[in-house]
Amino acid sequence: MKRKSVFIGLATAVVVALGLLLAGSPNFTANAQQAATTDVKIDNFSFGPTTLTVAVGTTVTWINRDDIPHTVVSTDDPKAFKSKVLDTDEKFSYTFAKVGTFTYFCSVHPKMTGKVVVQ
Amino acid sequence: MGQKTKDGILHDHNKDGVDRRGFLKCMAWAGTGALCVMQGGVLKSYSMSRVGELDAKKLAGELSFVQISDSHMGFNKPANPDVTGTLKVAVDKINGLATAPEFILHTGDISHLSKPEEFDTVDQILKGATAKDVFYVPGEHDVLNDDGQQYLERYGKGTKGAGWYSFDKKGVHFIGLVNVLNLKAGGLGTLGHEQLEWMEDDVQHLKSSTPIVVFAHIPLWSVYPEWGWGTEDSAQALAYLKKFGSVTVLNGHIHQTMQKIEGNVTFHTAASTSFPQPQPGKADSPGPMKVPAEQLRSLLGITDVNYVRGQHALAVVDSTLG
Repeated sequence: MKRKSVFIGLATAVVVALGLLLAGSPNFTANAQQAATTDVKIDNFSFGPTTLTVAVGTTVTWINRDDIPHTVVSTDDPKAFKSKVLDTDEKFSYTFAKVGTFTYFCSVHPKMTGKVVVQ
Repeated sequence: MGQKTKDGILHDHNKDGVDRRGFLKCMAWAGTGALCVMQGGVLKSYSMSRVGELDAKKLAGELSFVQISDSHMGFNKPANPDVTGTLKVAVDKINGLATAPEFILHTGDISHLSKPEEFDTVDQILKGATAKDVFYVPGEHDVLNDDGQQYLERYGKGTKGAGWYSFDKKGVHFIGLVNVLNLKAGGLGTLGHEQLEWMEDDVQHLKSSTPIVVFAHIPLWSVYPEWGWGTEDSAQALAYLKKFGSVTVLNGHIHQTMQKIEGNVTFHTAASTSFPQPQPGKADSPGPMKVPAEQLRSLLGITDVNYVRGQHALAVVDSTLG
């Protein structure tokens, strides 16, 4: 009798412990809430901020506030992302699912460059 | 400036061949409305107010054409909410030239967002010009979203690769180049290996006395690299033209007139018909320059080019829209 109750007690403790662990894990939290979104403002022929550091799973949104159209194109081959041309107030979003450093530029004005560091 | 003579000549340089300094002086006046013409090996400049009185035949030379650029059809912000209107004014200017141009060169950024209706509108407006033939090269705004596929479908007939080509008019050899595709991050305009090889071959068998006109969107000389105003591999292209006695390079992209002479090569950029941009380094970025409405037309323009057979350089004259 005693062994059985001890066993049950242990099992319960393990279950409870597992439950606490799961509740605390970032994956669990991310599923329960919206992933973080971070904006990059495009203005005066530049990306602001030029270097953006985000957590894995973050959706970055570029908003063109300039009076000239721009694009957001990754420099990888094959390209991780490539926006259509963005006129003033148009947006482009990309979710960074992998860790790494992603450099990009405006394919219309290639001197405009930026970087997203995903950790 | 010299004394104005009876027939409106401002300066009679009276030198044999090209007086480079004289030509440069002439170019500096172009912005204020002087007409510089090579006649009989002599560079003469005439004030625009007297141009109408001069003998049209004397001025006509043998080949006359117009360069326009950067119409940006679809742009609708300050300083120009009506790029359709200003393009129409440019066409009126073209139609008002004393010597009717044979054709028009459009050095790109025809459209603002590569939209079909934008190209259609420009085509429609240019149909109103007395010069019926228009030769294009694309700007970076003309090849958005599809790497220039639509541009080629519209304007690529008879061209190679991304839309480069050459043709001859009255003994002058014209070369249209494309330097707005495959741009690399942090880079400038680029011509690319395939186009350069084609160009080397294209000019190989031409006599060195053949006048050459090269036209491309982004300047083929280093105007201001910080703003992307230059072409990475243009030196290679210019090397293929070293043997020629007269080379004229016509570009757009920077929305202001600029000239430079280097040996036998005259570089020239045209004003835009849509909106002005700041001079190199005079603003944070090369975006549209906002100016009072009454000043706008004085910062937009067309370029008239005349060639007299046997003479050294082409006469390149800029005039504003108002």
